[in-house]
Amino acid sequence: MDAIILQILNGLDKGSAYALIALGLTLIFGTLGVVNFAHGALFMIGAFCAVTFSRLLTLSHQVVDETRTDFLGNPLKVDVPYMHDLFGEGTGAAIIDWAVPLSILFSIPVMIAIGVIMERGLIKHFYKRPHADQILVTFGLAIVLQEVIKQVFGANPIPTPAPEVFRGSLDFGVLLGFDPNAIIYPYWRLVYFGFAAVIIGAVFAFLQFTTFGMVVRAGMADRETVGLLGINIDKRFTIMFGLAAAVAGLAGVMYAPINSPNYHMGMDFLVLSFVVVVVGGMGSLPGAVLAGFLLGILESFASMNEVKSILPGIDQIIIYLVAIIILLTRPRGLMGRKGVMED
Amino acid sequence: MLKLGKKDFTLFLVVAVLAIFAPFILNPFPTDSAMAQFNAGYPDLMQRFVIFGILAIGFNILFGLTGYLSFGHAAFLGVGSYSAVWMFKLLSMNVIPAIVLSMIVSGLFAVVIGYVSLRRSGIYFSILTLAFAQMSYNLAYSVLTPITNGETGLQITLDDPRILGITATADGGIPVTNLFGLEMRSFETWNVGPWAFQFSVGYYVAAIIMLVSFYVAIRIFRSPFGMMLRAIKSNQNRLYYTGLNARPYTLAAFVISGMYAGLAGGLLACMDPLAGAERMQWTASGEVVLMTILGGAGTLIGPVLGAGFIKYFENIFSKINDQVVHGWVSFLPDGLEDVVVAIIHPFVGKGWHLTLGLLFMLIVIFLPGGLVEGGKRISALVSSRRNHNAGDAEAQAARQQPPAE
Repeated sequence: MDAIILQILNGLDKGSAYALIALGLTLIFGTLGVVNFAHGALFMIGAFCAVTFSRLLTLSHQVVDETRTDFLGNPLKVDVPYMHDLFGEGTGAAIIDWAVPLSILFSIPVMIAIGVIMERGLIKHFYKRPHADQILVTFGLAIVLQEVIKQVFGANPIPTPAPEVFRGSLDFGVLLGFDPNAIIYPYWRLVYFGFAAVIIGAVFAFLQFTTFGMVVRAGMADRETVGLLGINIDKRFTIMFGLAAAVAGLAGVMYAPINSPNYHMGMDFLVLSFVVVVVGGMGSLPGAVLAGFLLGILESFASMNEVKSILPGIDQIIIYLVAIIILLTRPRGLMGRKGVMED
Repeated sequence: MLKLGKKDFTLFLVVAVLAIFAPFILNPFPTDSAMAQFNAGYPDLMQRFVIFGILAIGFNILFGLTGYLSFGHAAFLGVGSYSAVWMFKLLSMNVIPAIVLSMIVSGLFAVVIGYVSLRRSGIYFSILTLAFAQMSYNLAYSVLTPITNGETGLQITLDDPRILGITATADGGIPVTNLFGLEMRSFETWNVGPWAFQFSVGYYVAAIIMLVSFYVAIRIFRSPFGMMLRAIKSNQNRLYYTGLNARPYTLAAFVISGMYAGLAGGLLACMDPLAGAERMQWTASGEVVLMTILGGAGTLIGPVLGAGFIKYFENIFSKINDQVVHGWVSFLPDGLEDVVVAIIHPFVGKGWHLTLGLLFMLIVIFLPGGLVEGGKRISALVSSRRNHNAGDAEAQAARQQPPAE
């Protein structure tokens, strides 16, 4: 029993990342009808927003500390971050410690800007082109973004730690009445799951309960009629693209402590996220979220030793296998609607 | 001639001449001149040109004709390489059985994958093929290690049986791949003045196979079967309404294209008897797509051009480092020189992928027909200029004429 709960928990954090990326992909696909192969790159850029922001916070200048000496006997030079000067030593250190959560604030405008520029500058010209062209141009863009990040930040993963308080692990089993140390789960992964749940909830609430969201949903259902009613639907869809980019970016920001950001993390997630979108059903937002968590959890179940001893190698292929089975038995995916992408 | 139309025969002849004289054509600069690094006429790179040409020709039969965009073609390349190396391990170092086996195995693979994937079309087809390829890649790395030798990659060793050949050479080394005794890696160097031309056995074997595959591809393009595939691309529903089942045709195209990829993989193993799982990764599949699009999907010569183009830049561009760039712009004043080098730096050497990505985007945006369309536009421009000189009335007629096929 405890092993099963542990695997479900383990699946949640990867599942959250899949769900968030797939949500953004589906938003873009549902509104603009574009298959965005550069979405993984947006996730990666989000993670590097966290890196950039924590580097900005730790910018420092050298101060000569007269009270201490280095090994040669000269007065010691100490690096003092500007944050310490601005907010005092205690607050400054706390701000630096909380760099990753704080970079959410930094990344939202950056990601929205990147998304809007991408849509206006490039994707806009591809609405009338075939899907193959959209795939290809966004694939090219993904390569370019990836290479630019590689040039700027180097090819090695950059460790980006979570705040001090979240670094330990929670003995989750005790809460449920199991023996101590039966289910150990890192705090940050819990935070990530909670964060993903909040973002997903916010996106759905935004679409469901605001006028803007209503118009967007109407546009997803019938773009032409909404346009004929005198609503500038293109502008709203552009904003939705920015929003989808921000969702992917936020997923990346918070993922940075789990997996040190490197330039190809986007591509690694992209392939799986596409599988998630297709399993969930093209154009279905709840489907994307459901499939994201489902596949994340299935993946962690398949990596249990008990399962692996029966079916060796299953942990490597489970997601693809599930995708193939679902596509062949339920061609529209789990929750896909009729008439979407069925040419 | 050769049962080809006049235009196709000319094209085939041009490709054949280019392939045969490639060691000269690709080696225009003397060996010790500053430009020698742009020479591509060494065996390893030329082999890559023709082998990836085969891969792209095969991919084009599927994507160019039927419009089905497969994102998992690298799986066949990898399967072909593995089967060829196994043939070297078990039977003999002769390349013929290796190539035959790699085509058969990849063909069987393609039947299975194609049968399942072709039940869906559009993006779903792309995802399904991608899923299959990633599955093969992951399995090759993990459970199938006894067959694929996992991360190390499959290599030939001294204790392989090789029942029809020799386990080890007389001096105790590992035997090399050969065609009835003709060693693949052997080459002849020809010194003409400052030039050195290299003629490699491996290259010519690969080039002849490439010419045969190119010929077969032309025949497929011009056959009723090819026509059928084009019909599937333009309107599959209409085909269904006329009572034709498109699936056997698409499956046949998929299998043919998979066998081409397997052949390319087998040839790669023939030139260097080593097979690794990274050949099956989805980035490798993406590369084939890039080649085909860059050259011009659906055209005969496009994929070969694209393959050559990408492989050339991969090898040559990635060799250019800062020192070389400094050498080029040394005529500029010092400060300006550094600025220019700093601007060029991200695009060359290790950054050549950035150049590739940008180039690819530009091609998709402005030249959806690839290099071939670019060539056509330029020639159309030139001919309309000429007509303009001849007289206004003619120029007008030329402009109104739709571009010739």
